[in-house]
Amino acid sequence: MSDMTTLSPVAASTARIGRWRWQETAFWLLVVASYFLFSDRYLILTEIAWLALFALSLDLILGYAGIVSLGHAAFFGVGAYGVGLLAKHGIIEEPVLALLAAGLMAMALGFVTSFLVIRGTDLSRLMVTLGIALLLRELANRFSDITGGFDGLQGFTIAPVLGLFEFDIFGRTGFVYCTVVLFVLFLAARRLVNSPFGLSLRAIHNNRLRAEAVGIPVDRRLIAVYTVSAFYAGVAGALFTQTTALASLDVFAFERSADLLLILVIGGGGYLYGGLIGAVVFKILQEIFSSITPQYWLFWIGLVFVVIVLVGRERMRRWARVAPDFLLRRLGLSRGVGGGGSRGGEP
Amino acid sequence: MSVERRVLLRAAVCAVAVGAFAGMASAQETVKIGLIVPMTGGQASTGKQIDNAVKLYMQQHGDTVAGKKIEVILKDDAALPDNTKRLAQELIVNDKVSVIAGFGVTPAAFAAAPLATQAKVLQIVMAAGTSIITERSPYITRTSFTLGQSSIIIGDWAVKNGIKKVATLTSDYAPGHDALKFFKDHFVAGGGQIVEEVKVPLANPDFAPFLQRMKDSKPDAMFVFVPAGQGGNFMKQYAERGLDKSGIKVIGPGDVMDDDLLNGMGDSALGAVTAHMYSAAHPSQINKDFVAAYKKAYGQRPGFMAVGGYDGIHLLYEALKKTGGKADGDSLIAAVKGMAWESPRGPISIDPETRDIVQNIYIREVKKVDGELYNVEFATFEAVKDPGKTKK
Amino acid sequence: MTNFLTILFDGVAYGMLLFVLASGLAVTLGLMNFVNLAHGAFAAFGGYVCAVLVNRSGVPFFVALPLAFAAAALAGVVAERTLFRHLYRRSELEQVLFTIGFVFMAVAATDYVMGSSQVFINLPDVLQGQIDLFGVGIGRYRLMIIVICGLLTLAIQGTLARTRFGARLRAAVDDPRVASGLGINVPQVFAFTFAFGCGLAGLGGALGAEILGLDPYFPLKFLIYFLIVVTVGGSSTITGPFMAALVLGIADVAGKYYVPKLGAFVIYALMIVILIWRPHGLFGRTVAR
Repeated sequence: MSDMTTLSPVAASTARIGRWRWQETAFWLLVVASYFLFSDRYLILTEIAWLALFALSLDLILGYAGIVSLGHAAFFGVGAYGVGLLAKHGIIEEPVLALLAAGLMAMALGFVTSFLVIRGTDLSRLMVTLGIALLLRELANRFSDITGGFDGLQGFTIAPVLGLFEFDIFGRTGFVYCTVVLFVLFLAARRLVNSPFGLSLRAIHNNRLRAEAVGIPVDRRLIAVYTVSAFYAGVAGALFTQTTALASLDVFAFERSADLLLILVIGGGGYLYGGLIGAVVFKILQEIFSSITPQYWLFWIGLVFVVIVLVGRERMRRWARVAPDFLLRRLGLSRGVGGGGSRGGEP
Repeated sequence: MSVERRVLLRAAVCAVAVGAFAGMASAQETVKIGLIVPMTGGQASTGKQIDNAVKLYMQQHGDTVAGKKIEVILKDDAALPDNTKRLAQELIVNDKVSVIAGFGVTPAAFAAAPLATQAKVLQIVMAAGTSIITERSPYITRTSFTLGQSSIIIGDWAVKNGIKKVATLTSDYAPGHDALKFFKDHFVAGGGQIVEEVKVPLANPDFAPFLQRMKDSKPDAMFVFVPAGQGGNFMKQYAERGLDKSGIKVIGPGDVMDDDLLNGMGDSALGAVTAHMYSAAHPSQINKDFVAAYKKAYGQRPGFMAVGGYDGIHLLYEALKKTGGKADGDSLIAAVKGMAWESPRGPISIDPETRDIVQNIYIREVKKVDGELYNVEFATFEAVKDPGKTKK
Repeated sequence: MTNFLTILFDGVAYGMLLFVLASGLAVTLGLMNFVNLAHGAFAAFGGYVCAVLVNRSGVPFFVALPLAFAAAALAGVVAERTLFRHLYRRSELEQVLFTIGFVFMAVAATDYVMGSSQVFINLPDVLQGQIDLFGVGIGRYRLMIIVICGLLTLAIQGTLARTRFGARLRAAVDDPRVASGLGINVPQVFAFTFAFGCGLAGLGGALGAEILGLDPYFPLKFLIYFLIVVTVGGSSTITGPFMAALVLGIADVAGKYYVPKLGAFVIYALMIVILIWRPHGLFGRTVAR
C-alpha cells in the first residue's frame, strides 16, 4: 500500500476515476424508490439484491482480473450452508455477525482454491472451478447428517437483524437488509477497484506479461482478488439463506454458476454496475415470462439472449442513449437531455 | 421495539388471512389456489401430469363449487425449494390464495410448510412422498402417497412369496432412504436377507456399474427405487445386462414402473412386481373413465402423479362443499380430516390424526394387455396407513 | 477377473459414446475457436429424429442411425449459415450467452413438440441382451457402440490427417487470411466442419438414448460431461478428447462399481487433478495460442 502515498500521479488518477457520477446517484435513488414503488414485490426484489451481490463478486474476478469461473456457486453454497448451520446449532444467532462469519468461511475456501485457479487457461479454469463446486455438492449430499442432504437444511429460524428487525412474511426486512448489505459491499468494491490495487488488476487483465514486466506481483494480486470475491459470494449465499430460511443442495448447482455468468454477460463486466443491472434484467425477464407461460418461459428467455447477442450490446447502448432524446422530441419537449455520460471502461 | 414489531407483524399476518377471507366473502366469491409444481427442469413431467389432471378435473366438474368460483394460479418452481418458498409467499401475500398445492419434491414441500403454518393456509401435497412432510405443519394434507406405504407391503409380499435374498438399489436421497428403510424393516423381520445395498447418485446417467454389482451378488430379486422419470432408463439397462434372463426379479415401490413411461420400456419390464397405489389398469369404472378422458385430452396415459393431482383438487372441492365455501385454513383442514372417497386408484381417505392419505396398496405385475404394457393388479392390501407415523 | 473385464468393456463403451457426443464440440472449440454450448441440442435433435423414425414410422434402427446423422448435420448447416456464422468474431462470453440462449429455446421447443417424458427407441432384438464370451458378459448394444464409434474415430482421424479437406481445415484454422489467399473457401470449410460435428452429435444422441436416456433437458444435463471430455483431452487434437473420453468412461464406471459410495466424486476429482497437472488437457498443445 505504500505505492499510494509515494506515487501522487496515481493517487490523482484514482481520485479522478473514483469520482461519483450522477448516473450512479440516479441508480441508487431508483433502488430506494423501488422500496416505495413495488411494496408488494419485496420478495423478488430481495432475490435481485442478493443475486446482484453475487454477480458483483463474479465481476470482481471476471470483469477486473479476467478470471473466468463456472463454479462461483461453491462460495455461494458455503456461505449459505455456513449461515444455516450457525443458526441451526445456535452458534451465532445474530444475522449480521453470522453473515460475516459465513463470508469468512467462503473466503477461506476461496484462498485455498485460488492456487488451483490462478494458473491454467480460460477453459481449464472454467472446468476446475466447476469441478470444485460439483465436488462440494457431492460432499454436502454425502454428509447428509450435517447438511440434511437432498432435503436441504431446514427447520431453523433466523433471529432478528441486530436483535431489532424480524424477518417478516412480506419480505420487507429481508429486502432492506439485503439492499443495505449490497450497498455497503458495493462501496467497498468501488473503493477497491479504483485503488492502485484495482488498476494493477486491470493491467494484468489487459496484458499479463507486460504487467509482470512492470513489476506487478501477478499471482499474489490474483489470489487476493479471488479471495475477496469468494467473500462477496459467501455473503450473497448467506443472505440467500437468511432471507429464505433454507439451504438446499442446489446452492452448489451448475445452473446457479451458469446463470451468474449469463447475468454478468448481459450487464457487461468491468464497471461494477454490470452485475447489478444484469441481475435486475435477468430476474425481471424470468419473472415476466414464467408468469405468462410457466411451461415454456425458457424459450422466451433464450430468445432474449440470442437477440441481445445478435443485436450487440454496443448497438443497444447506443439506442438506450438516443431513445430518451427521441421520446422527448416526440413529445415535443426537444430539450436534448444529455444522456451520454460515458461509463467506465468496457472490456 | 422488538415486542412492538412482533405484535405488528402478527397483526399484519392476521390481516392478510382475514383480508383473504373477507375478500372471498364479499362480491367476487372466488377461491384462489396456488399450484406450485416443477414445469421446467428434470422434474417437469411430474408438474405437467399434475397440472393436466387438475385442469381435467375442473373441466369435468366445473369451476364453481359451493357458490365459489375456483381459480388456479399455476407457478413453476423448477423443483428448487427457494423458488417454491418465494412463490408460495407471493401467492399468499399478493394473490391472497386460500390454498397452496402441488410440490413436486420433498424439499419444496418442506420449504412451503412454515408459510402454511404462519398464514394458516391449507397446503395440499400432490406429489412429494417423504413420510415426515405432513408433520411439518398442521395445515398440510397429502393426496399422493408415502414411500413407506408401498415399501412395507412389497417387503411383506417378498417374504411370503419365497424371495430369500434381495439386493437393493435406491436413489441416494430422502425418498430413496425411506423406501429402503421401510422395505428392510419388514423384509428382514420376516426372515429375508439383504445381500447387497447400493445407493445411486440422483443425477446418474449410467446404471451399468451398479447393475453389475447387483448381478454379482446373485440375489433372488432386486429391490429398486428410482424417482419418477428414471424408471425407463433403469429397466432398459437391466435388460441389457441380461438380468431379466438370469432370473433376478425386479420388485419395489411402483415409481420405477410409472405408467407414464411403462410402454416405452419394452418387454424387458414384463414380470416386474411392484407395490403401488395406482395403476392405469385398475379395473374400476371410475378409473376407466378417468384414463379415457385423460388420454383424450392429452394423448397419453395418466401416471400416479396425475392421480395425485386429480385427487388433490377433488379433495379441495369436497372440503369446500363441506365448509359451505369457507376457505380459511382452519375450516378447510378440519373438513379434510376423515374425508373418504372413491378415487380412480380405488377407495382412499384422509387420516383424521395425521392428515396423511390412507389407501389401498396393490401388488401388480407388468403384463401385456391389448399389445400395451400395464401394471396388472393381483393382490390388494386394504387401507394402508403411512408406516412412518403408525410406528410412533 | 471376468468381472473386471466386463466393467472395462462397459467403461470403454461409455467412453466411446461420450467421445462421439463430444467430438463435435472438440472440433468447433479447438479448431474453430467457437464456444458452442448448444452442441447438445444437436445431439438431442438426432436422438429425437431417430426415435420418431423408429417408433412412429417403423424405420429399421440401422437405417435410422445414418438418418439421425444427416438430420443433425443438416440442422447444423442451417444454424451455422443463419446464426452461428455471425459469432465467430465475437468474444467468448458473447458466444456463451448466445449458445446458451439457443439451448434454452431448443429445450423448450422440444418440450412443446415431444413432451417432457423420457423417450425410448425400440431396438431390434439383435441388439438386446448380452453375449457370453469366455465368461465375460458383453452387452450387444454396447458392443455395437464400440464398433461404430471406433470406426468413426478412425475415419475422423484419417480425414483430418491425410485428406485434402483435412489439410484445408487445418490451414483455415491456423490462419484464415492466408488460407483464403491460397484459394481455400474458408467459410465453406467451417460450415462443413460444423455440420459434420453436429452430425456426429446427432448420431451420438441416437446411440446414447438407450444408455443415457433422452428427454428435452438432454442438452443441459450432459453439457458438463461434454465440456469435461473436451477440456481434459485438450481441444487442439482429436486423439486428445478420444483418450480423455475413454479414461473418464472407464474411471467413472469402475469407480461406481468398486467404490459405489464415492460414485460421483471420481469423475470430478479426476478432472480437477488432470487439469491442474496439465492445464491444456492431457494431449493439448503446451503453448497457448
